[in-house]
Amino acid sequence: MDNLFESGLENLRQKLLVMASRAETAVNQSVEALMQRDYDLALQVKTDDDIIDRFEIEIDEMAILLLTKAPLASNLRLVTVAMKISQNLERIGDEATKIAKRARDLSQEPPIKLQLDLPRMAVLALTMLKEALDAFVNRDSLAARVLIPRDKEVDALNRQMHQALARHMMEYPDTIGRCLHWIVAAKSLERIADHAKNMAEEVVYLCEAQDIRHTARKM
Amino acid sequence: MADIVLPKNFVPAAAPAAEPGKPFIEIQDVSLYYGGAQALKNISLNLGEKVVTAFIGPSGCGKSTLLRCLNRMNDLIDNVRIDGSIKIGGHDIYAEGVDIIELRKRVGMVFQKSNPFPKSIYENVAYGLRLHGVSKKSEMDAIVEESLQNAAIWDEVKDRLHSSALGLSGGQQQRLCIARAIAIKPEVILMDEPASALDPIATSRIEDLILNLKKEFTIVIVTHNMQQAARISDQTAFFYIGELVEFGPTSKIFTNPSQKRTEDYVTGRFG
Repeated sequence: MDNLFESGLENLRQKLLVMASRAETAVNQSVEALMQRDYDLALQVKTDDDIIDRFEIEIDEMAILLLTKAPLASNLRLVTVAMKISQNLERIGDEATKIAKRARDLSQEPPIKLQLDLPRMAVLALTMLKEALDAFVNRDSLAARVLIPRDKEVDALNRQMHQALARHMMEYPDTIGRCLHWIVAAKSLERIADHAKNMAEEVVYLCEAQDIRHTARKM
Repeated sequence: MADIVLPKNFVPAAAPAAEPGKPFIEIQDVSLYYGGAQALKNISLNLGEKVVTAFIGPSGCGKSTLLRCLNRMNDLIDNVRIDGSIKIGGHDIYAEGVDIIELRKRVGMVFQKSNPFPKSIYENVAYGLRLHGVSKKSEMDAIVEESLQNAAIWDEVKDRLHSSALGLSGGQQQRLCIARAIAIKPEVILMDEPASALDPIATSRIEDLILNLKKEFTIVIVTHNMQQAARISDQTAFFYIGELVEFGPTSKIFTNPSQKRTEDYVTGRFG
């Protein structure tokens, strides 16, 4: 491939990293808005989501342009993986927006009196996201493989929170609206971990040309 | 959900490449020297029957030289020495007493630049048939038509069979040369960059033709166009400075080659 192609590939990679940083910030801010009951920050996350959406479109355009040059082997894998990772990042942005909307609404109501493990769940999901992106940057297949099973921990925490909130709703029906906001926020964090796992699987494909999606034993 | 009824001849778009079958061309420890210079270094590989094998590699890597070993075209060059053995259909083509004319009937060749004879379209195809003893006109007419049809050029030339072949476009001339090669029913067709001088439409027609021809023939193609190799071949061999670096299913070579040199070549880092 010519230098023009190589520089196009590098531009794609850089664009993806900027998008990733935006998505990571959106998740961080949405969780902070939720925990700190910060109305303004929640609105900010919602506004910034448009920027992440535009990144997805721009990355697809760049990738399609590169595909017209018919790349092969690791170049081909990088372009296709970039498209999939950007799609996952866009959805992470959407989940951050969902959390932010719940944060906005919850900030206008009194807090519920229930100790929730949401910060731990947020830390786990954010760490997975950060490590998946680091694995992509460093082309570290092993690091990607290591983080994949951690999705189960986030799933388990989500189930626990769901049960705790369901019990609380039965006990204090006047909190149902607020508890539902928390359920949705927790579910969004669980989805963010899913997307981080998806990205890690793409990194394994990028590095090893092995498609490991859907290979875990089904329940 | 409603059942989807597929036509009987339905072939999934992403049908897996044909599994290379029993080896038909067996190349064993082949080395070739031009005087003192070694152009091929101990090449061993087996090519399956009725599959398309692509030879790729940078200029001077030996891919065309090896291709030309398969119908002993290198015999025409002075000072060439070939060691090792090549069997086609179980017969050693370098054994003593091999009839080279007969070998080239079994192993046809299409070159980079189309080279029709300065004769009519009909005569271009009929020429080889006459050499091989076909004399009855009705038989000749039938084989000429069948060959032109199989080479996907019949519809374009059927009304001007007796016009000069030199009046055809480059792409048509190349398909005529393929018709000429298949008329004598070879077992193997060697193609040395058959579409490198053609525009994308003519190239696409040649590629479609190759995919059709592999139902009947074993095809070996040398190409510099890796996308072309990816589109039409089942197996790919990558050569570098006279060595066979990697050989395997095309899908693997172009998505996940085992050797770093292959990866570097197919991603354009050298060559």
